[in-house]
Amino acid sequence: MAEEKQVLFAGFGGQGVLAMGKFLSHAALNTGKNVAWVPSYGAEMRGGTANCLVTIADEEISSPLTENPTMAVIMNRPSLDKFEDKIKKNGTLVVNSSLVNRLPERDDLKILEMPVNEIAEKLGNTRGANMILLGAYMEKTGVVDVEDALKYFDVIFADKKERIKQLNREAFMTGVQYARQNW
Amino acid sequence: MKGNEAVAEGAIRAGCKGFFGYPITPSSEIAEYMARKYPKIGGIFLQAESELAAINMVYGGAATGVRVMTASSGPGISLKQEGISFIAEAELPCLIVNISRGGPGLGGIQPAQSDYFQATRGGGHGDYHIIVLAPASVQEMMDFAIDAFELADKYRIPVMIMAEGTLGQMMEPVIPRKMVTEFVDKPWATTGCRGRQPNIINTLHLTPESLEKRNIHLFSKYAEIKAKESRAETFLLDDAELVVVAFGLMARVVKKAIMEVRRKGVKAGLIRPITLWPFPEEYIKRTIKTAKIFLSVEINMGQMLEDIKLVVNGEVPVDFYGRIGVNPNPEEIAEQLLRVAEREGI
Repeated sequence: MAEEKQVLFAGFGGQGVLAMGKFLSHAALNTGKNVAWVPSYGAEMRGGTANCLVTIADEEISSPLTENPTMAVIMNRPSLDKFEDKIKKNGTLVVNSSLVNRLPERDDLKILEMPVNEIAEKLGNTRGANMILLGAYMEKTGVVDVEDALKYFDVIFADKKERIKQLNREAFMTGVQYARQNW
Repeated sequence: MKGNEAVAEGAIRAGCKGFFGYPITPSSEIAEYMARKYPKIGGIFLQAESELAAINMVYGGAATGVRVMTASSGPGISLKQEGISFIAEAELPCLIVNISRGGPGLGGIQPAQSDYFQATRGGGHGDYHIIVLAPASVQEMMDFAIDAFELADKYRIPVMIMAEGTLGQMMEPVIPRKMVTEFVDKPWATTGCRGRQPNIINTLHLTPESLEKRNIHLFSKYAEIKAKESRAETFLLDDAELVVVAFGLMARVVKKAIMEVRRKGVKAGLIRPITLWPFPEEYIKRTIKTAKIFLSVEINMGQMLEDIKLVVNGEVPVDFYGRIGVNPNPEEIAEQLLRVAEREGI
């Protein structure tokens, strides 16, 4: 049985971490994979922490839950503090260095850093920070092929206005470019 | 789709025409889904003033022969118990969904399986049972909604779908089921009696003889359901010495843990009850000879454990592992399995 890939997205409420997981899930689904998206739900408040876990597999997904995901996309400092120890050995950690003012302590992890908020500001699309990091993450890890994701972009954002679609696509591509040049 | 949306869509595809409820986390998306859908496709969504009102609307709706449902979570399901007892006695079909959270009291909103006793022992006052289905995937949330209405109509009995909060909140792809177009006749329904004798739906029996007769009738029906409708899924059970019993999403987590410990040579297998009532006793019975130990894994303090013990009847040990308010993960379960296996020399 092929390995199930489990990715954790974590950050502040409002940073769009649940949406990142949903985008990846939909992209994977459209390429014929099995997926499960599990949000942390609780008495969450604005500015509180949010996270979701995405499982992608070729075959039926056994458990959509895990304590030790193979990859984590970390959007803020509290999430790094909370999840650094839990990532699987030799896993991948993607970090938004704009909001994480320390380096990860573990030396077995593959660390990919990116000042996402600065880049988003430069792009003039601060709300697109999540899509920027997602683009970079997908380009680098190939969890889902970027070309495939782009192909299904309009399907995934079907209920959004044309302008929003465009902004998200632009943010996503900015991340893809960043990964190609820096990672 | 979210699990909550899938169970709602499944109900619609089963021909459910009325939803009566009162919102509560983590079940509220079911009501939201119905509120969005019914105005467009024809059906009644009604947010009642309380859980008690909602379940009595279900009682009334079901009495007219229409497929109706409600949904809630732990504390809300408790409030509905009076109505559920009445509906069970009146032998009316309906669907009750419990997207369960931890208790007792208001408890928390985290996932749990601690309503097992309440669901499988009837829940309200009096001698009765309802059928309880425990899905393990978002697909099954949809599938079981349809199965639930079929069973409910066939046996004139309330059917409950009970799922951990996680299953209601998580998303998975779903293959939509076809709309149900064939329904059983309900000559007992109160549909207006022009041209026929009136149908009366009532739960009051003032003479002891009639009450006893009624209960005997209900229990002969329950015996038939037990014989024909007990369902379970098994996984790597043939040579299993450590037999884990788990239901709902928990069973999937256990599957992964079993694959993990099998790699280390531990002969573990799974029985996943799909109907919690009737409890799939035969599956346990068949395994007693080969099992060295049963292990019940639940998100509560040990409830299904008692049903397993009743069947095993002391022939082999029955152990328990449980958490409250958290879905244990595969790594944690695997550790427990290894611990038990080592202790029992498996």
